[in-house]
Amino acid sequence: MKYDAVIIGGGLSGLVAGITLQKAGKSTAIISTGQNALYFFSGTFESLQEDRRIQELFTEAGVRVHYTPGVRLTPMGSFRESALSLEDIDLFPSAKIGRKALIVNFLGYHDFFSSFLAEGLEKQGLQCRVRFLNLPELERLEQSPSEMRSVQIARVVDPIWEKVVQEVRLLLKDEDTVVLPQVFGLQDGAVPDRIRQGIPARVVFAGTLPPSVPGVRTQMLLKKRYQLLGGVYLMGDEVVRAHVHEGVVHSVATRNLDNHYVEASAFILSTGSYFSKGLVANPFQVYEPVFGLDVDYRENRNEWYNPAFAEDQPYMHFGVKTDGQLRALKDGQPLENLYVAGSVLGDTHPELGTAAGLAVRSALAVADRIMEL
Amino acid sequence: MKLQEHTKSRHNFEECMKCTVCTAFCPVLQANPLYPGPKQAGPDGERLRLKDPYFFNQALKYCLNCKRCEVACPSGVAVADLIQAARIKYDHTPPKLRDQLLASTDMMGSLARPFAPLVSFATGLGITKSMMDAMLKIDHRRNFPKYSGRSFESWLKRRKKEQAAFPEQVAYYHGCYVNYNYPQLGKDLVKVLNALGIGVQMLEKEKCCGIALITNGMSAKATRNASHNVAQLRQAVLERGLKVVTTSSTCTLTLRDEYPNLLGVDNADVRESVLLATRLICEKLEKGATLQFKADYHKKIAYHTPCHLERLGWGVFSERLLQMIPGVEFTLLDSACCGISGTYGFKKENYDTSQAIGEALFSQIRSVNPDVVACDCETCKWQIEMSTGYTVMNPISILAEAIV
Repeated sequence: MKYDAVIIGGGLSGLVAGITLQKAGKSTAIISTGQNALYFFSGTFESLQEDRRIQELFTEAGVRVHYTPGVRLTPMGSFRESALSLEDIDLFPSAKIGRKALIVNFLGYHDFFSSFLAEGLEKQGLQCRVRFLNLPELERLEQSPSEMRSVQIARVVDPIWEKVVQEVRLLLKDEDTVVLPQVFGLQDGAVPDRIRQGIPARVVFAGTLPPSVPGVRTQMLLKKRYQLLGGVYLMGDEVVRAHVHEGVVHSVATRNLDNHYVEASAFILSTGSYFSKGLVANPFQVYEPVFGLDVDYRENRNEWYNPAFAEDQPYMHFGVKTDGQLRALKDGQPLENLYVAGSVLGDTHPELGTAAGLAVRSALAVADRIMEL
Repeated sequence: MKLQEHTKSRHNFEECMKCTVCTAFCPVLQANPLYPGPKQAGPDGERLRLKDPYFFNQALKYCLNCKRCEVACPSGVAVADLIQAARIKYDHTPPKLRDQLLASTDMMGSLARPFAPLVSFATGLGITKSMMDAMLKIDHRRNFPKYSGRSFESWLKRRKKEQAAFPEQVAYYHGCYVNYNYPQLGKDLVKVLNALGIGVQMLEKEKCCGIALITNGMSAKATRNASHNVAQLRQAVLERGLKVVTTSSTCTLTLRDEYPNLLGVDNADVRESVLLATRLICEKLEKGATLQFKADYHKKIAYHTPCHLERLGWGVFSERLLQMIPGVEFTLLDSACCGISGTYGFKKENYDTSQAIGEALFSQIRSVNPDVVACDCETCKWQIEMSTGYTVMNPISILAEAIV
């Protein structure tokens, strides 16, 4: 198989690059080892400036976004600055979002931290009340308590969102704010907005433990858009070997396609960070497993991490080295047709939540470079 | 580093990060609350079972073995293999008569063939269906595959000379379905391969790949079939120097991956030579071979990727072939399980789950409203035809119909 570009890694950056290239008439394939960081997506692209092109790309894929610089409520009850976000995420001018809040969770659901949220909101001067909804429709899920998860709940509550609205209205007293878990709109991104309109208070959806329902929906929509544009998404496959000759990548071999090599004029490495194995750390080194690229990291292992868990962690800054055109470096020299995008670049600053922003910006930058060729 | 290599477990279970992505992809979890889900049934449960087999849970039998959890897993855990391997290792309840009958596809085929019209007629009758439901707990709402009067093997045997005349040769592992139920698919393959200058031989004596034996708790017999088939594959690949092609995605996955991963039957020397025919044909065409298509062919095709083909990662070949046919209007259906999973959906206790799982796929097919649904799996074909009324064709049959 031969393509104009082969993208290794099917997460946010891989999909954004793929969609952009397909739209420009290039033929591409994405090789994806399982699912990706969109399953843990907060729903915001925090580092992004307003950009019509990015908003258009998402809107055309059916991903509803809005650009409202402000703060969002995190699952831990704190507030964080954001700008471009999925419509599920509410952005406020300040952290003082109301007077009184009603926090509603589903009985038996442990992946939503209502007490942390209450504590955080109380710090902002809101008076909080936590209540649990006991929907008979959810009892079915409780038979397997380990599977009472966001996505399973979304599958049950999406079709009965009107009932959820009624139940919340019954619980509502004089609160001006209602906080609900982000478990709505798995298939249909309009559900959260319908719920907002049905409740006579400001409704805020707060994040849950993974999988992220807005993230799963975003992934499905972007993948669908990519395939509709003619992109080939090789799901659950993995690059096992790259064929590089004199600084040019010719083809890659994958686990599923064994001796049937995938050839391309250009390659994009968007394999993500440690979790997705775009970067691998062992006791001796941090390395990039597909091409053995140069990785920017500290020699002394004691300097990889900060014992204060919540502080900035140096290992999160480690990443693949590139030249000014985002071409990967190997032994100090750029590989002519291998571009790097997303978290494998490092420097994602999780405390700032910049990974999604970096993924989109770098993906567009490498797609632009490939289109110029 | 070395220590990590030497402590790697079977099926990679300790690589599980507890991220729960698999649970979002499990079709059973959405339809059957009795199933604990892939994470719990797979890596989480394995940790406990390794300590004490007491923790083995009979509810693991609700797993479809569709492998969607494995395709979705970002950490390379063979979740479905963990579940099936646990069933093989810990579940010693003898299989029910019904499960034995459903799993013995080749025995049932040989018994039914001499009386094919009668058997096909009888299994289509309401009274037979009610009796099988009452006595065997095979759901009466299910349609049964028809049996063919003449086996594919006997058809191909009579063409041995003619096939041997082609400059290039492959061996064909046809599987039970082509041999007993639908020889036409085998004939279609022969037509397409012949058009590419390739003659088709048989293996000396193939047996059922054994997937239904594995999922129905008859792993000892499955292992015997596996050893037999691997010896047959070696004879064709190593002695005759042939590639072995298939037309069923599930047989292919079983021959290539289930044998070593679940049954411990080593096939490393022949594995890469077992190919789904769509892949072989794509590779031929890429190397410059050509097919002559009919000028007036027109068909609206919706392609469904069977779960086991997704696991093989070869759906792309079927898609390419279909898209290449002039006059084909192609739609790729969303990745979804049809719900039947071989013998699973035939069982009374699974019927409702099976139909609930497939509903998303069925409704998408209805809204696309194609002339025909394309799919490389025989049991998906039964399920989709029964549940939607649309005709389902293997991509190979579509190719055969479209070429001159």
